[in-house]
Amino acid sequence: MRSNYKLIFERSRAGRRAFDLPACDVPSAILEIPGEMRTNEPLKLPELGEVDLVRHYTNLSRRNFGVDNGFYPLGSCTMKYNPKINEELAPMFDDVHPLLDPEMSQGCLALMRDMECMLCEICGMDAFTLQPAAGAHGELTGLMHIRAYHEHRGDLERKVIIVPDAAHGTNPASAAMAGFKVKEIKSAPDGGVDLDALRAAVGPDTAGLMLTNPSTLGLFERNIKEIAKIVHEAGGLLYYDGANLNAIMGIVRPGDMGFDVMHINLHKTFSTPHGGGGPGSGPVGVKKHLIPFMPVPRIEEKDDGELYLSYDKPESIGKIKSFYGNFGVIVKAYCYIRSLGAAGLKEASENAVLNANYIMNQLRGTYEIPHDRICMHECVVTPTEEMMANDVHTSDIAKALIDRGYHPPTIYFPLIVHEAMMIEPTESEAVETLDEFVTAMKEIAAQVKEDPAAVHAAPVTTPVGRPDEVTAARKPIVKYEW
Amino acid sequence: MRSYVPNTEKERQEMLESIGMTEMDDLFADIPKDLRLNRPLDLPKPMSEMELRDLLYDYVSMNDEGGPLFRGAGAYRHYIPSLIPQLAARSEFYTAYTPYQAEMSQGMLQSLFEYQTVICDLTGLDAANASVYDGATAAAEALLMLRDNKRKKKVLYAASLNPNVVAVMKTYAHCAGIELVEIPMTDKGVTDIEAVAANMDGAAGYIAANPNYYGCLEPMDDISAAVHAAGGLLVAYVNPITLGVIRRPGDYGADIAIGDGQPLGLPLAFGGPYVGFMAATKKLMRNLPGRIAGETTDAEGNRVFVLTLQAREQHIRREMASSNICSNQMLCAIMASMYCCTMGPAGMREVAEQNINKAHFLASKLCALDGVKLRYPNTPFFNEFVIDVKNAEEINKALAKYSITGGLVLPDGGMLWCATEMNSADEFDFVCDIIEDTLDSVGGEE
Repeated sequence: MRSNYKLIFERSRAGRRAFDLPACDVPSAILEIPGEMRTNEPLKLPELGEVDLVRHYTNLSRRNFGVDNGFYPLGSCTMKYNPKINEELAPMFDDVHPLLDPEMSQGCLALMRDMECMLCEICGMDAFTLQPAAGAHGELTGLMHIRAYHEHRGDLERKVIIVPDAAHGTNPASAAMAGFKVKEIKSAPDGGVDLDALRAAVGPDTAGLMLTNPSTLGLFERNIKEIAKIVHEAGGLLYYDGANLNAIMGIVRPGDMGFDVMHINLHKTFSTPHGGGGPGSGPVGVKKHLIPFMPVPRIEEKDDGELYLSYDKPESIGKIKSFYGNFGVIVKAYCYIRSLGAAGLKEASENAVLNANYIMNQLRGTYEIPHDRICMHECVVTPTEEMMANDVHTSDIAKALIDRGYHPPTIYFPLIVHEAMMIEPTESEAVETLDEFVTAMKEIAAQVKEDPAAVHAAPVTTPVGRPDEVTAARKPIVKYEW
Repeated sequence: MRSYVPNTEKERQEMLESIGMTEMDDLFADIPKDLRLNRPLDLPKPMSEMELRDLLYDYVSMNDEGGPLFRGAGAYRHYIPSLIPQLAARSEFYTAYTPYQAEMSQGMLQSLFEYQTVICDLTGLDAANASVYDGATAAAEALLMLRDNKRKKKVLYAASLNPNVVAVMKTYAHCAGIELVEIPMTDKGVTDIEAVAANMDGAAGYIAANPNYYGCLEPMDDISAAVHAAGGLLVAYVNPITLGVIRRPGDYGADIAIGDGQPLGLPLAFGGPYVGFMAATKKLMRNLPGRIAGETTDAEGNRVFVLTLQAREQHIRREMASSNICSNQMLCAIMASMYCCTMGPAGMREVAEQNINKAHFLASKLCALDGVKLRYPNTPFFNEFVIDVKNAEEINKALAKYSITGGLVLPDGGMLWCATEMNSADEFDFVCDIIEDTLDSVGGEE
C-alpha cells in the first residue's frame, strides 16, 4: 500500500510547456518598464506537458478522501453530501466583475439580498451580512458588532468576553483578535453552562458571552433562557456560534433563544463543500439594535426597485473583506435552501439528530458515553478504561477506522472530555452506512482486547504511515528546495 | 421535496423505535416547548433540479456581464486554462475537510506543500502559509505580524494601496489597537519616501503596494532602504501575475509579501472566493497565521506531508493564537498553484508581457484622443493606469450600451483602466471610437 509520490517539481523537464496563449496583437512595450524594475531570471516553476500535469493532480486526488469517497463523521464539521447541481450552477456567475456598475450586476445583488432574507427567517434574526469568508471570520465580525455596540453607548469598560471551556478554539481566538479579554468558565457536570459560574463571571466588564447551542458535546443547552437573562441583565450581549446549526433548522431559532448576534457556516449546515479546508462562508446575523454596526457595503433598494451597494453607514464597523463575501459559495448555499424549502430543512435537521442518536445508541456498551442523554446532531464517546489499560487511545481507534474505509470522527475535542471522539453522521447517511460504521467500531473494540499491537500499527492501507509530527515541527521543511 | 436524506419513512420509523422513541419530535425533548418555532419556516416552496436551474438562469439574465472588460482595481479577468476548473472539480479534493488525518489526506497536503513552494518562488521568500481569505485580510493579518514581531503598535501604509485593502486593515487595526499612519503619494503616483523616513519612529514597518492601486510601479528598492534604515519591516502587497517580469519582493528585501491570488486562475465570481497569499522570511515564519504544511517521514522513512507548526494556531493556543483563522481558501490556493505550474516560467513571463503590451497600447490610444491625459505620464505601469478626462460617467454609460465595462471611475473623476491578455486590439479600436464620439457630443459642456 505504501508509495512515495513525486512532487510536481520533481517531474519538471526543461522546455516542456502546457500553456497556450494567442500571439500578442499589439507591439511589445516591455522596454517601457525600466530595467531595474524587471527581472531577467525566469521564475523557478516546473515545466511539464499538459497530460503529465493532469495525471499529477488526478493521482494526487486519489491520495485524498472526501465525502464522495465515504462516510466522514467529523464532529462539528457537518460533512453532509454536497449536491452536484449546486456545483454546476454556481459557476454561471464566474464572469461577473465585483466592481461592475450596479445596473449590470442586478442578478448577483438580488440573489444576495434574497439569501439574506431567507437566513433571517431560518435564524430568527433581523438582518444578515454575507461578507465573512468563514466561521472564524464570522465570529470576529460578530464580536466587532458587540464591541461597537458598547463603544457607541459610551460603555467603555466592557472588555471581557465569556467563553465556556467546551467552546471551539476559534471562539477565544476571535475574541482576542476583536480586542477583548477572554474569561473561560467551567462547564457543569451535565456538559451545559454552569449557571453559578456564569453568574459569578458576569459584571460591569462583561461585553458578552459566546455560546454554541447545541454545545460541542452535542447537547442542547436546556437553560438557554436563564443564560440569556443572566447575560442581558449584566449588560452583555449573547453571541451564537452557528457551527452546530444543523441540529435545529425549522425547530428552534437562535434569535428566539435570545441571541443578539450569530454566524452561520454555509460550508457546514448549508451543504457547500469544504474544499479541503476552504473556501467557506460565514454570514453574520444580528438583531435590530446591532444593524447600524453591520459591515459595509449593505445591499439596498432604490425607489424604482434597482438594487445598489450602500456605503453610507457612519456607525458601521467598516469592511472585513475586499468585496462582498465568498459569492460562489453563497450561490451554492442559496441553491440548497431553495431545493429543500422549509419542510426539507426541517427534515434534514430531524434526520441529522436521528442518525446521531442511532449511532450513540448502537455504541452504548462498547464505548463510554460520558454524557448519556438524548444528543442532538452529534455525540461524544470515549474508549473504555479497559481499552486504555491496553494502551489504546482515541488516536489509535481513529487510525484503525481509516483502515476500514472511514474518515475518523473529530478527536480530542471538546477538550473537557478526556480522549473524546465526536461523531457527527449528518442526515445524508443511509442506515446501512451507520450500521457498517458501528460494526467497524465494535470490531476495533474487539481487536483492542485480542491484538492491541495491530491497532497500534494502523493505518496499514494508506499510502503513508503515521507521520513523525515532532520532527516536522522542530525542523520545519515548508517548501521544496530545488 | 429533496433533503438528500436517503432513509425511507419506514427506515426512519424503525430507527426511532430502536432508540425507544415513536416520533421525530421525541428527539427534541430537551428544547423548551416555549422556545420551539411551532410553525413552518416562511420560505419559498422547494424546487426540483429543473426548476432550480430555471430560477438561477433568471438571476443570471438580470446581469449584463461577459462583454469586453477594462476594469481591474483588485479583481482581474485573465484566461483560465480549462484543466484548472476540471482538476479542481475532483471531488476527492473539493468534498474533503481540512486535512487533519494526514494518512488519508496526502493529496491535499502535498498540493498545499507545492502551493507554498510556488508562492515562495514567486515572491522570493522562505515560507508561505496555506492561504487566508483574500488580499485585504492578508494585509490585515500582516499588521498583526508586524505588531507581534516588533512589539510596536504603529504601522505605516501607502496611500496608494487599494482602498478596499485599507478599509479592511482599518477595521482590524481598530480592534487590535494598532495606529495606522498613511504615507502620501508624490505627484508621480508613488510613495513619498521622505515621508516614510520621517514617520518611521516607533513604527513596526511599512505596507506598500507594487504595482499600486493606480497601476504605478513603485521604487521598491528605495522604499526598502528607507524602511530598513529605520529598523522596520517591509510588507509588499503585490499582484502575482506581474512576477514573471517585475522583480520579486525578496529581490528588493521585503520581509513579508502578500496579495490576492485571484489573477492566478480564479474566476471573477462577483468578488469571491479568491485567495490571500502570505509569504515571509525565515525569521518571521513563526509569526505567519493559519495552516502551514510541512514535510516529514513515517516510521518506514516514506516522505509524508502534515499540517505543522500548529502551536501558533487557535485550536492549540486559543486566545493566545497568532490569528483566529481556521477555514481558509485551500481549494483556491491549489487552483492558483495549478495555474502557475501550467504556465511555467515561460508562460508566466508571456502573460505578464502581454498585459504590459496591451495596457500600454490602450493607454497610448486613449491619450491620442483630445481631452484624455495619462495622470502619471512618467511613471512605469503594469496593466492598469489612470486617465484624466471630463465626463467619465458619460463614457461608461456609452460603453455600457455595448455591454462594455470601461475603466473604474475614481472619486476624483479620473478613470482607472485595465487591460489584460483577454483584451484585443479590435476592442481597443472600438472603445476608443465610442469614447471619441462621446467626448465630441458632450465636449461643449466644459
